Amino acid sequence: MTENNDAFLQVRDLRVHFPTDDGIVKSVDGLTFSLDRGKTLGIVGESGSGKSVTSLSIMGLHKAGTARISGEVLLDGQDLISSSREEVRLLRGKRMAMIFQDPLSAMHPYYTVGTQIIEAYRVHNKVTKAVARKHAIEMLDRVGIPQPDKRVDAYPHEFSGGMRQRAMIAMALSCDPDLLIADEPTTALDVTVQAQILDLIRDLQNEFNSAVIIITHDLGVVAELADDIQVMYAGRAIEYGSAEDIFDRPQHPYTWGLLGSMPRIDQERTERLMPIKGTPPSLINVPPGCAFHPRCNYARLNGGASETEVPQLLDIGDGHRVACHLSPEQRKHAWETDIKPKL
Amino acid sequence: MTTTDIESGTATPPLGEELLAVKGLKKHFPIRQGLLQRQTGAVQAVDGLDFTVTRGETLSLVGESGCGKTTTGRLLTRLLEPTDGTIVFEGRDISHLSDGRMRPLRKDVQMIFQDPYGSLNPRHTVGKIVGAPFKLQHVKTPNGTKKAVQELLELVGLSPEHYNRYPHEFSGGQRQRIGIARTLALRPKLIVADEPVSALDVSIQAQVVNLLEDLQDEFDLTYVMIAHDLSVVRHVSDRVAVMYLGKIVEIADRVSLYESPMHPYTLALLSAVPIPDTKGKGGRERIRLTGDVPSPINPPPACRFHTRCWKAQEICKTVEPPLLELAPGHQTACHFPENQPGGEAPRVGTARSVNTARPVEAPRTEARTDTARPVDTPPAE
Repeated sequence: MTENNDAFLQVRDLRVHFPTDDGIVKSVDGLTFSLDRGKTLGIVGESGSGKSVTSLSIMGLHKAGTARISGEVLLDGQDLISSSREEVRLLRGKRMAMIFQDPLSAMHPYYTVGTQIIEAYRVHNKVTKAVARKHAIEMLDRVGIPQPDKRVDAYPHEFSGGMRQRAMIAMALSCDPDLLIADEPTTALDVTVQAQILDLIRDLQNEFNSAVIIITHDLGVVAELADDIQVMYAGRAIEYGSAEDIFDRPQHPYTWGLLGSMPRIDQERTERLMPIKGTPPSLINVPPGCAFHPRCNYARLNGGASETEVPQLLDIGDGHRVACHLSPEQRKHAWETDIKPKL
Repeated sequence: MTTTDIESGTATPPLGEELLAVKGLKKHFPIRQGLLQRQTGAVQAVDGLDFTVTRGETLSLVGESGCGKTTTGRLLTRLLEPTDGTIVFEGRDISHLSDGRMRPLRKDVQMIFQDPYGSLNPRHTVGKIVGAPFKLQHVKTPNGTKKAVQELLELVGLSPEHYNRYPHEFSGGQRQRIGIARTLALRPKLIVADEPVSALDVSIQAQVVNLLEDLQDEFDLTYVMIAHDLSVVRHVSDRVAVMYLGKIVEIADRVSLYESPMHPYTLALLSAVPIPDTKGKGGRERIRLTGDVPSPINPPPACRFHTRCWKAQEICKTVEPPLLELAPGHQTACHFPENQPGGEAPRVGTARSVNTARPVEAPRTEARTDTARPVDTPPAE
């Protein structure tokens, strides 16, 4: 596997397990990836695939809980997993920041939007309140909130959904973080507002040259923003590649399933949708071997390897990695005859 | 009480006939304030809708949150009573029927709900949930209710053994199937599906979409689908109505709506949807609306979209554009529609209205937050 040892963010063999009464929930089970400044990584998967847990553990937000975390997360060379909570707290907000799905619950209803941005800014910068307030107004203006000098004193409930999301982005970006994690940033929003927010994230990234991780279940959103895409299933990455790799020559049957499940807005329908059979597995009882094999139409082709052996994420050229027991010829054949013509 | 045998079924009229007709439908929710609870205003959730639904088709209502699509669905199923206007179902005016008079009709008009968690009683077994319609409508089935319920479960892709289980034992997709089984129990003529797949994961969503299509083919069902996901809507609908702030701004068959949308709002809505491929990255022509949908308590006068529309002229602020048929089966409410048949310039004020304003360059006077801008220009500061 090609390793980029100078990358700004490096995640190596990250595991996040939650012990419960029923057994260990393996939310993330061996994840390795890296991300450079100025680049956007899209993490795609369905509910329970471990995409949010990954981001929360990078941010150190699982440290206080019951999670058992192992592996390495190197942010500019500093390992966040072995750092103390206090050390990670100093980085959070300053060097890495997060945008959450639901801005109403991510903001405190009791304080004005301005107060919350000012607080975040003053934790990391020794400035007076007046200076911080000026900065907050600038940030609100930057994310496109009209009349920022008045809106800075409004409460979160006085904002619409799209404006709240903008305000949260303003808060996240107030200290110029080098890494921005956006966890389903537009899922709660209407399409026209979603388009505005995606534009905003893209513009701000160009401006600040930050590394962005965007977590979503919507392949359209990653197609719009991401340079690289990681597809996750049951706590593991099953495919990783550039946006072109994933959309134009996807290799994993699960990726095919996702593409086949999505109705397209830009094409008149010809074929029925091709859903993935069954339902995602429980993370307590992940199927042995390839976790996807009970739902995979091609698992039989492999003489039982899929049922017993966990496939490794292997490079098949140019950084496109896939974790599948099928041979390249089998995959090529299946994609070109079964899947591609029906998309 | 009369009992009916659902298997025999009454002679169904042919497909293509009008099943539901809605005229001038309005629903205003009063806002009351003060000691005496005087009405100080109203949320104009639905404000004058006209459309028809023909037997066997799928009509989708799309729009952003707050456009009144869910309220419309609830009016059609008469979970709400309209403030004004009529709903005619199979030739009968049901707009103001009492609960008691409405009850026999509930057999024919059923609803699928968005939230598969909230719409199933957690303390009832699947058998009881799916069997409830038979009990409530006093419908006798040939081999007993249990058998009928088990057949329904198989029909929607569940196993008959699930009869004695409780909702919490099922995943979201399976719960939605339980809801669909309950909806189908009495073989309704019209199903109003309110965001039936939006709470589901992509792979499961496709399963449920296919199921709904199969059931429609099998039982000649008529769907009114309420959805915000325009890709799903393109896949399932025959006709699509686009709503904005309580009004229909455009209604057309699927192909002409998606291929040649006429209303600027439809255009903007369609171009805002991200497409899952790499071809369009940055290259696609986009229309970006700025600002948010105004409040339905105090909607903008005349054309309600004029505050966000890049084509808006004086006339849009003073004269409400009527919903006119500009191409066969394609109705639009706009003074300056796009994609007119024949490609001619917008004919302002000819058949439509009084003020003959020439479509000059859009005035840049209020290019603040409430006008749209093309995607590649920087945000208005």
